[in-house]
Amino acid sequence: MPIAAVHIPGVHVPAMHIPDGFINAPVSAIAGAIAIAGIAVCIWGARRQLDEKTAPLAGLVAVFVFAMQMLNFPVAAGTSGHLLGGALAAILVGPYAGALAVSVVILVQGLLFADGGLSALGLNIINMALLTAVVGWAVFRLVIRLAGTSRPAVIAGSFAAGFVAVPVASLMFVLEYALGGTGTISVSTVLVAMTGVHVLIGIGEGLITALTVGAVYLTRPDLVYGVHDRRARTLEIRTATTAGA
Amino acid sequence: MRRSIWIVIGVGLAVALVAAGFLSYYASSAPDGLEKVAEDHGFIDTAQDSAMASLPTAGYAIEGLGNDRLSSGLAGVLGVLVMIVVGFGLFWLLGRGRRSGQAGVSADDHAQVGG
Repeated sequence: MPIAAVHIPGVHVPAMHIPDGFINAPVSAIAGAIAIAGIAVCIWGARRQLDEKTAPLAGLVAVFVFAMQMLNFPVAAGTSGHLLGGALAAILVGPYAGALAVSVVILVQGLLFADGGLSALGLNIINMALLTAVVGWAVFRLVIRLAGTSRPAVIAGSFAAGFVAVPVASLMFVLEYALGGTGTISVSTVLVAMTGVHVLIGIGEGLITALTVGAVYLTRPDLVYGVHDRRARTLEIRTATTAGA
Repeated sequence: MRRSIWIVIGVGLAVALVAAGFLSYYASSAPDGLEKVAEDHGFIDTAQDSAMASLPTAGYAIEGLGNDRLSSGLAGVLGVLVMIVVGFGLFWLLGRGRRSGQAGVSADDHAQVGG
């Protein structure tokens, strides 16, 4: 009887991002080009958002997401999940810097720890950094708009952002598989299997996101970027200026 | 008085070091969602080794230490240190030259405006 993939307890089997070979070269190359364009947009956006005080926070978020991604948690029999971190990063430092932070994590993982294929870097950056940051940001902002910025609302919004972002990322993998998957299994089978397990992983993502954003919000609410809406801030400045004049 | 931003950063870095250097050893070793799906549905075989697979740091383990706890812990600490250099370096470059309040939107100057 062949012994396949024996997982010895206590021996850390690395989080596996998309390896080389899952998705064919053309689709991987297109994804690489899209990822580079996305990162360029993020650099442009982050430069507008960051200053000498907020830049270290973005650096911290990158380090933190890297570390948390190492902590695989069990989600079902014989299956684990780990933080993706885009939602968390976007809420704390904004969608541009947030997506950039997670992109850096994926680059370091691929180049230093052989986690995720080099030809699949674009795919992994799109799914786990760019997409989760955009989706997480959108969900968080929606919740804040509807429920306000009380502590429970911020924590609930953070959970929702993480919870939604993960299955959406898995759907993007399914799309990539449909376009360029080298496996012979049907797209519909992959779709059902991927979304099923990633809804469960999303719960863990939501919890870690809520716990982390919650902790920062309780300590220094001013540091949670996602709570401070640009228009609201502009209005406040106008009001303050008018009042002071 | 507000806690300094550097206290937040210090606590965050400490949590990251403990997580990557110590807790990672106790993380679930089961395949993650994608890997499990690929195993269950027969396309795990299409995976190829990364070009980086021969690095002594491949797979979040330092090769040749003979002690799993030490090996994964040191790999985690190494990763955190590299991320500190790359992450803080990149964002320092992007935020450089802008004093707090000059950026288009900044959480911190919001706090100053808001009192």
